[in-house]
Amino acid sequence: MNAPMSDREKALMGMGESRLRKEDARFIQGKGNYVDDIKLPGMVHMDIVRSPVAHARIKKINKEAALKVPGVIAVLTAEDLKPLKLHWMPTLAGDVAAVLADEKVHFQMQEVAVVIAEDRYAAADGVEAVEVEYEELPVVVDPFEALKPGAPVLREDLAGKTEGAHGKRYHHNHIFTWDAGDKEATDAAFASAPVTVKQDMFYPRVHPCPLETCGSVASFDPVRGELTTWMTSQAPHVVRTVVSMLSGIPESKVRIISPDIGGGFGNKVGIYPGYVCSIVASIVLGRPVKWVEDRIENLSSTAFARDYHMTGELAATANGKILALRTNVIADHGAFDACADPTKFPAGMFHICSGSYDIPAAYCKVDGVYTNKAPGGVAYRCSFRVTEAVYLVERMVDVLAQKLGMDKAEIRAKNFIRKEQFPYTSAFGFEYDSGDYQTALDKVLKAVDYKGLRAEQAAKRADPNCPTLMGIGLVTFTEVVGAGPSKMCDILGVGMFDSCEIRVHPTGSAIARMGTISQGQAHQTTYAQIIATELGISSEVIQVEEGDTSTAPYGLGTYGSRSTPVAGAAIALAARKIHAKAKKIAAHLLEVSEADLEWEIDRFKVKGNDAKFKTMKDIAWAAYNQPPAGLEPGLEAVHYYDPPNFTFPFGIYLCVVDIDKGTGETKIRRFYALDDCGTRINPMIIEGQIHGGLTEGFAVAMGQLLSFDKQGNIQGNTLMDYFLPTAVETPKWETDYTVTPSPHHPIGAKGVAESPHVGSIPTFTSAMVDAFAHLGVTHFNMPHTAYRVWQELKKNGVAAN
Amino acid sequence: MSKHIVSMNLNGRKMEEAIEPRTLLIHFLREKMNLTGAHIGCETSHCGACTVDIDNKSVKSCTHLAVQCDGSEVKTVEGLANAGVLHAVQDGFYKEHGLQCGFCTPGMLMRAYRFLQDNPNPTEEQVRIGMAGNLCRCTGYQNIVKAVLHAAKTLQQQEKVAA
Repeated sequence: MNAPMSDREKALMGMGESRLRKEDARFIQGKGNYVDDIKLPGMVHMDIVRSPVAHARIKKINKEAALKVPGVIAVLTAEDLKPLKLHWMPTLAGDVAAVLADEKVHFQMQEVAVVIAEDRYAAADGVEAVEVEYEELPVVVDPFEALKPGAPVLREDLAGKTEGAHGKRYHHNHIFTWDAGDKEATDAAFASAPVTVKQDMFYPRVHPCPLETCGSVASFDPVRGELTTWMTSQAPHVVRTVVSMLSGIPESKVRIISPDIGGGFGNKVGIYPGYVCSIVASIVLGRPVKWVEDRIENLSSTAFARDYHMTGELAATANGKILALRTNVIADHGAFDACADPTKFPAGMFHICSGSYDIPAAYCKVDGVYTNKAPGGVAYRCSFRVTEAVYLVERMVDVLAQKLGMDKAEIRAKNFIRKEQFPYTSAFGFEYDSGDYQTALDKVLKAVDYKGLRAEQAAKRADPNCPTLMGIGLVTFTEVVGAGPSKMCDILGVGMFDSCEIRVHPTGSAIARMGTISQGQAHQTTYAQIIATELGISSEVIQVEEGDTSTAPYGLGTYGSRSTPVAGAAIALAARKIHAKAKKIAAHLLEVSEADLEWEIDRFKVKGNDAKFKTMKDIAWAAYNQPPAGLEPGLEAVHYYDPPNFTFPFGIYLCVVDIDKGTGETKIRRFYALDDCGTRINPMIIEGQIHGGLTEGFAVAMGQLLSFDKQGNIQGNTLMDYFLPTAVETPKWETDYTVTPSPHHPIGAKGVAESPHVGSIPTFTSAMVDAFAHLGVTHFNMPHTAYRVWQELKKNGVAAN
Repeated sequence: MSKHIVSMNLNGRKMEEAIEPRTLLIHFLREKMNLTGAHIGCETSHCGACTVDIDNKSVKSCTHLAVQCDGSEVKTVEGLANAGVLHAVQDGFYKEHGLQCGFCTPGMLMRAYRFLQDNPNPTEEQVRIGMAGNLCRCTGYQNIVKAVLHAAKTLQQQEKVAA
């Protein structure tokens, strides 16, 4: 009881400790519980018949041969879903998406029919046996072509609708136009600015490709009238609400369970046709139905990321002070707009594109377009289009620096929002919470010897026989995470709060549940750490659970790095409610007034009398054993947190590349990443998030691409081509940090998990383009594969034989 | 489809089962044996999430028929710990934060288990090459490399103590 203070604090393994993970024990012994591990009595398997073509009318579907395949139980098509009005489903973007193709298919690999069978082998045989006749239609894969007057009509279901979920539609393939900022002031600034630069850039379509694909086990119990569905969902409560509304089953009789999830990365936010079909099949058959997609299906039909065609412009003074930013985007959303976003933001938080800079005037406009491709857009650590926003502004600042002959670091320092300007309101209306960009930049430049690197680069450029090109990339980014304030942000009408419920047991351990859901980010460990420090209970005995809608409080899920900002805040405040009650109980037990008590790590003690105290463990027992008059027995609390603002973590990333002039192959010589996410809950976990995010960034910038040919065939949609780096390709990462807490957050913590992805991608491009900067190159598009870089070498006359 | 009787020594225990010849080992382990530690991450044999140890070799069990294992010694992640004591590779991944979502972990562990027997004292580069048949989406590999090196050290110490 009377261990020294430092020992007691250490024993909590709370805030700031790099404590080892509570999740690991089960995962390292193969005792995780992922969707495909689930086995229920009578469970059958579902597989999907998919479209071989990108755009076609369905003439006929013949089930007969499939129904004769041994083990096949049923084949369902849109005809079977129509009576339930489930052949189409609503999306998070306010559009609808086909569950099973009705009159026509809109993209290759689209869901056309499902086969239910006794096992997955028989289901696959059944899929082979389903015969579908198609009448092919002209295909649209280029969003610029899609908007031409004579372009084929993709969405016949929207015929005559000139108003979409996000305003006017000016063309049958146009989804929305969204803009932000002050157009007039921006145009005026550009008209009078001494220097302007303009650059087109394409952020290619890529895919989050979690190692575990999407899947579900739906189990409708016809006796109880209850539906239970295990699902790879990053937002199970939202799914429950939607499933209840669509199925007519009361929400109290729908239970969605996200068990262990093998990575989400934004891929598992939305509802896919496979989930819906497994639920319908279970209702129809009265048996549990399992659906687990394969990799090719995952890459081809679930939420892609990016696909923004961007034109950026900066206006500036001759000495590099930015006066205005203007940007125009054509967004390729595929066949249905299923882009995961708060409902009022069809282009997400793209208007964070003024970046870390004090830019007086800014305007952005985004036009969404339908094409014959899978739906998606927001996924893969994008924080709702912040990837695109940061790429845009960071590329543009480089272009401006190049035009002015200014140093990349110097121009950024010149335009930084100063430390004392926070909270800072951007030209787009975001109120950045806190930041100290200059200190962090200085730290990075010093750590890598930036001046020395530039000198080396100059020497290499001067030597015509140097076999490599050297490039230095620098990005200084600001993220916006923690959606979000309910007055601005909602998902299908539900405000984007989150929640936590903590119960302290009589013997002093606790169970806590939140409305978020980890997919590897270690919430079971870190959430316990927050509570440990707040309540003086060891994180070891604080059991954290998420993902079961019948037990966890309602929350909006985990994506947009919102867990720490929103649920993290709810956790601290729920704990503080318990803390306040504990103080009342302690005062009662010690027979003093609350004002005479002070909190010390794990106990309330009487001021000036170290011997008189009650630990949280004592108090927990008393709460059940002898609650003071006027207080309820027990010791627990719930808090639903509606955040007052987002959190705005930032980072300074620097990358050095060496490009082989003979082959176009690039070696990442060095990558230095400084992240500031405010108060750090568990540095070990943060570092793991950074390593993973930087590796994704490396993959996106250097090799990943989902492309389509003119017939609408998706290309590179398996691991034969889709670039996932192994340990051999992945660079070694150097990480660093500063601490600039969020003033509005209960523990000063900001989100961070998407920062490394958001920030690293433009850093790689910055380094690659920088290698060619002395040749007058201002930009080239990702991915920077050896072949494409070699083309660039040839084009600029520097390819070696 | 006619079934074949297959018997194997699975995690030190004899078992016998009638299966279709087309049954992939990964499905046999997961669905028939309920050893759901090994995972499936692709269908092109790249990811290595299904890696198990067959007759002292690392094998991607999605690319191996269960009937081919007749008479074999097969070890899965469930068989790594001994009487509740974690194997050095498991402990290494835990101590060095070599896992996040845990989906690649069983395959990584089984590969590291075999790799360290083939190369007990590897360099960092050898670890990266030795583990290159296993994809991970969460960790960026850096801590996995540390975990394997950590395990190598532990195993060497254990050997010293035993000797």
